[in-house]
Amino acid sequence: MLFNSLPFVCYLVCTLLLYYLIPKKAQWGFLLAASYVFYAIADPRYLIFILTTTVSVWFTALQVEKINAGQKLYLKEHKKELTKQDKQEYKDRMKRKRWKWLLLCLLFNLGILSVTKYTNFVISTFNSLLNGAMTLQPVDMIVPLGISFYTFQSLGYLIDVYRGKQEAQHNIFRFALFVSFFPQLAQGPISRYGHLSATLFAEHRFERKTFLYGLTRIMWGYFKKVVIADRIITGVKTLVTGSEYTGAYVFCAMFFYAFELYCDFTGGIDITIGIAEAMGIKVTENFNLPYFSKDIKEYWNRWHITMGSWFTDYIFYPISVCGPMLKLSKWSRTHLPKAIGKRVTVYLSCFAVWLATGIWHGAAWNFVVWGLMNYVVIMASQELEPLYAKFHKRFHWKGTPAYEVFEILRTVFLMSAIRMFDCYRDVPLTFRMIGSMFTSFRLSVFTDGSLLYIGLSASDYAVLLVGFAVVLGVSLIKRKKGNVRDLIYCKSEFWLCQIIAVLLIVILVLGAYGEGYDASQFIYTQF
Amino acid sequence: MEELLEILNELHPDVDFTTQKGLVDDRIIDSLDIISLISEIDDCFDVTIPAEEIIPENFNSAQALYALIRRLEED
Repeated sequence: MLFNSLPFVCYLVCTLLLYYLIPKKAQWGFLLAASYVFYAIADPRYLIFILTTTVSVWFTALQVEKINAGQKLYLKEHKKELTKQDKQEYKDRMKRKRWKWLLLCLLFNLGILSVTKYTNFVISTFNSLLNGAMTLQPVDMIVPLGISFYTFQSLGYLIDVYRGKQEAQHNIFRFALFVSFFPQLAQGPISRYGHLSATLFAEHRFERKTFLYGLTRIMWGYFKKVVIADRIITGVKTLVTGSEYTGAYVFCAMFFYAFELYCDFTGGIDITIGIAEAMGIKVTENFNLPYFSKDIKEYWNRWHITMGSWFTDYIFYPISVCGPMLKLSKWSRTHLPKAIGKRVTVYLSCFAVWLATGIWHGAAWNFVVWGLMNYVVIMASQELEPLYAKFHKRFHWKGTPAYEVFEILRTVFLMSAIRMFDCYRDVPLTFRMIGSMFTSFRLSVFTDGSLLYIGLSASDYAVLLVGFAVVLGVSLIKRKKGNVRDLIYCKSEFWLCQIIAVLLIVILVLGAYGEGYDASQFIYTQF
Repeated sequence: MEELLEILNELHPDVDFTTQKGLVDDRIIDSLDIISLISEIDDCFDVTIPAEEIIPENFNSAQALYALIRRLEED
């Protein structure tokens, strides 16, 4: 059941209606049932997977908490008779016990994720390595909807309980809702338990303002997805599948895809956050105007924020501060030149994170290379910082509006170029195509009407151009003045209602679901 | 505290670490800086900062970071 399908709209209307009609005490229970219905409609077999993760993580978290509580009690009761060393030994023993539970659950759930998502990737890599000497057949594997998202969200909760930062949820049904909350099941965000649970289990009375805010966000999301992303996708598909589309066409594909992905993913997240908001539930923001970033590091702090912070907290930091890494850090600082020695562990930890990010995005080599390209650019800009500083000392351009625009455009260009690995899904082909921009760039492509033969008509371009202007305009207002809905609501509630109505009409009239169009899946649901 | 300020100043000579209270919140230091800092602290104070202690509150100011080091030393 796609977010942009009629059955989902009907399901959503019914869910919202019932949510406010039933007794408030039953709201979260109803949401759990609605979430499981949503998941079962997608494929009833998926339920086995999500239930396995839910039960295993819930149970492990309780065991970890039990050890924590036992430790506290024991230390309190034997405070006087234990020496400092005894206490430390006892703490270490308990830590090892907790660690065993955590490791077991991590391996079990990451095992499920790996087998479902990566078996065929391993088989195809194995086949190409053997070069025909032996061929393994691909397996018809079920990949449950949003498995990466709910696995990461659940494991994040478990690690927080292990670290003592989060109390375990004793009620399995509440925990099941945290894992399966339907708006964010398909494409995130990856919520933290502490944040989402604050409003997820609360009783919510219908409030017109909250509901209208949610509805505006939903409409805005549908506008970006159905009017822009689902329209431009036709052009992108044509450009990246035809071998004749080189040079200037690749340049177009680069920006078309960047715009498509932005509208698709942020649109989907807008719908997710909007649905939750309409029910009074606060879901973590996943974007903060990423295309206004001045460098790639900043871009990754603003794009898919919840994934970035998950990788930082649960992969980057633990790898960076583990015993072997600290030993390596000590060694490298004494045996290598100071500047390099200090950064060895940073290089290695970042490499691990970007490799994991690439693999998370897809079971294919193009995603691995995509992740590593991000790593190379971030590390290169980090290392070139002293050079930048010298440059800015010599020329006083930094901080000027023109230089700021240059930095933003540079980031957009770099990110769009790196994304071509995701777009062509073939590493050598991507390099060849990007190379063709420098060898066979024909400016006439933009003037001789060639772009009208890639599946996009003049009226499509007109809609896309207006759509781009609207998205850019709203982003600029948000950047300068903050929440756009607040600004409109301050003027009048009626204005907000009018905007909802206008967006609805635009979606119905200009949405790309006529003949020849495909109700496209959201790009991030495949991750 | 002097040693810690020395480490911090080496990382970002342009920042006045004696007055800053939002090093992480204001994005003055990022995750890469934090890792470099942890290695230096491990070296200088013989204190290992575990991953669960890497939260903005512990890294937002030199004072908070110093308090964390002292607490871990006592543990």
